[in-house]
Amino acid sequence: MADARATILESLRAGGGGEPVPLPSTEVLAARAWPPAERVARLRRGMEAVHTEFLEAVPGQWPSVVLGFCRDQGFPNLLYGPASSAGKALASAWTPRDPELIPYREPVETFKAALFEDVAAGFTTALAGVAETGGLLLEPGPEEPRLLSLVPPVHIALLLASTIEDTLWSAVRHRGWGRGAARNSLLISGPSKTADIEQTLAYGVHGPRRLVVVLVDNL
Amino acid sequence: MHAETGFRESAAQALGDPQIRANFRRAMDGLMAKRAAQFPDPADLQALRSLGTAIRARSLLKLPELLEQLEASCLRNGIQVHWARTCEEGNELILGLLRARGATRLVKGKSMVSEEMGLNHFLEEHGVEALESDLGEYIIQLDQETPSHIIMPAIHKNKTQIARQFSQKIKDAKYTEDVDELTALARKVLRRKFLEADAGLSGVNFAVADTGTLCLVENEGNGRMSTHVPALHIAVMGLEKVVETLEDVAPLYALLTRSATGQAVSTYLNLVRGPRGPGELDGPREVHLVILDNGRSRIYADPQLRATLRCIRCGACMNHCPVYTRVGGHAYQAVYPGPIGKILTPQMEGVGVRHELLHGSSLCGACSEVCPVEIPIPEIIVRLRREATHRDPGSSVEGRGTGRTATEDLAWRVWAAVLSRPGAYRFAAWCATRFRNLIPGGLPLLKAWTLARGKPVPARRSLQERVREEGIPHG
Repeated sequence: MADARATILESLRAGGGGEPVPLPSTEVLAARAWPPAERVARLRRGMEAVHTEFLEAVPGQWPSVVLGFCRDQGFPNLLYGPASSAGKALASAWTPRDPELIPYREPVETFKAALFEDVAAGFTTALAGVAETGGLLLEPGPEEPRLLSLVPPVHIALLLASTIEDTLWSAVRHRGWGRGAARNSLLISGPSKTADIEQTLAYGVHGPRRLVVVLVDNL
Repeated sequence: MHAETGFRESAAQALGDPQIRANFRRAMDGLMAKRAAQFPDPADLQALRSLGTAIRARSLLKLPELLEQLEASCLRNGIQVHWARTCEEGNELILGLLRARGATRLVKGKSMVSEEMGLNHFLEEHGVEALESDLGEYIIQLDQETPSHIIMPAIHKNKTQIARQFSQKIKDAKYTEDVDELTALARKVLRRKFLEADAGLSGVNFAVADTGTLCLVENEGNGRMSTHVPALHIAVMGLEKVVETLEDVAPLYALLTRSATGQAVSTYLNLVRGPRGPGELDGPREVHLVILDNGRSRIYADPQLRATLRCIRCGACMNHCPVYTRVGGHAYQAVYPGPIGKILTPQMEGVGVRHELLHGSSLCGACSEVCPVEIPIPEIIVRLRREATHRDPGSSVEGRGTGRTATEDLAWRVWAAVLSRPGAYRFAAWCATRFRNLIPGGLPLLKAWTLARGKPVPARRSLQERVREEGIPHG
């Protein structure tokens, strides 16, 4: 539709123009800043309000926290990205007696049915967190595929407290979230939800029914 | 989409339906309260609105350049870009993409532009199953209805109606009014569809020119399923959706979620920057972006009406509109109902065809007061009312002047004739004051007024007569 492109752009140009709009002030966003401990508290408050669950861990011990959680919940398995550094740490904590640790290493075309039907939980790392509203920033890719955080009924995400940003805006501006080479970037604030039936909130409509954040206190 | 009956008739019908009124009243009251709770500080809200307004206005000012930049960035990222002047062109384009890949099963995330295009109907006529996967959209698709709200498409239905519908239309479904069970039922059906789909389609909340990123806002995860599970992802957007940088998205996103549903943040903000890359194990093999005009470039050409294109589709104007909250979305018989629909639909379809919508407003200003990007909706309504009945030179409004009826025309001619001739005016005033009680309430034009109000009765004496009688000096 080369004609369509030319026609549309031509008519926009013909009808364009106007007073220049001054660069907007971002002071209102820059003013939203908190000390690190307050960021953690805000993130938790925001995410817990939408049914996100938290597990606490200290640096180096988080794999055993994940393992303990999977055992307690009776998960038959956990899907993870074997090439990520967190994935490697996770695998080293696992023993053959534990719930099956399934590496996501096949293209989805050959793995789709099993992914949708057999996987109990998926594990990913979070690149950072957002304090203001509560949320995790992810950048899925070759090491941690896109569907790891979406298809399994439970999503377990690893978050370092030191990575929590004040706002989404500061994460984009200072951390460059979403501006890098990743082909998919995500903000996740809780489990999948809907209020489409009579405004009543229901969780787990299409994506994970539960979001569990393993929060590592490395402040 | 064109109205089969007028807004006046369908609004009257809706007003007489206690179920519709109760469903909307409950929902809108809740949404208004939730939005208000998200903006406790008026100064903070105004600063954010000013920022959002400036970002949208600046984006529109640079629109052609930003669209070209978006195209170049998308192509660099591996997203193929297509342009459509009309809905028909857009539909053909999407069908072509699907056919070229042998795709017959399409899962859709929520997209108002695809509603505008009548895409589902078009694809189904051409042998493609187009399944809505947003729960609200799925509910109305089962009943072959259209959305009654741009954010909550099934808001006109209550859970009893949905329970009945699911038990009748979903295989092996038992009757239940439990919302969790109903949701689980939809999950089961739709998960199978995501797994089997050949292609996925989504809308676009914001398209970022400098990075070539398509931003999708949602709570359910169906948007992510539709855009990441199938091998082909097609995104459709109106050409006004572009913004300059990713930094611009953050404040707009904050305004959108808070204004729409009173949430500080949605469950997902999904940034799509390209198809599956080297080494990636999932994600679509191809991503296509269809940019639709459908009258937007015409709206763009008018400096006042251009503000319409600032809209970020939050629906707050609907939630706060005293007309919408009483008649519901279907009364408008338009893809975009409520205040924004009142100005968007007549501009897209022509003011002559849809000018009736412009009168479904009390001009109370609630819509512009809550609009996160400060669209002066009442001012645009007044402007379009004039456009509907006048052929002003230089105006680019489609169908201008064609909404003028013969009765109205005659009434204004008589009015002008009387007011421009002192003798005729005095005679008319004498008749009106002397025969004041004899004027029939059923006269054309007066009839609409007297349907719900008492007949206006002129005074016993005209002002001129009283001034003269009382000896008040005048020039």
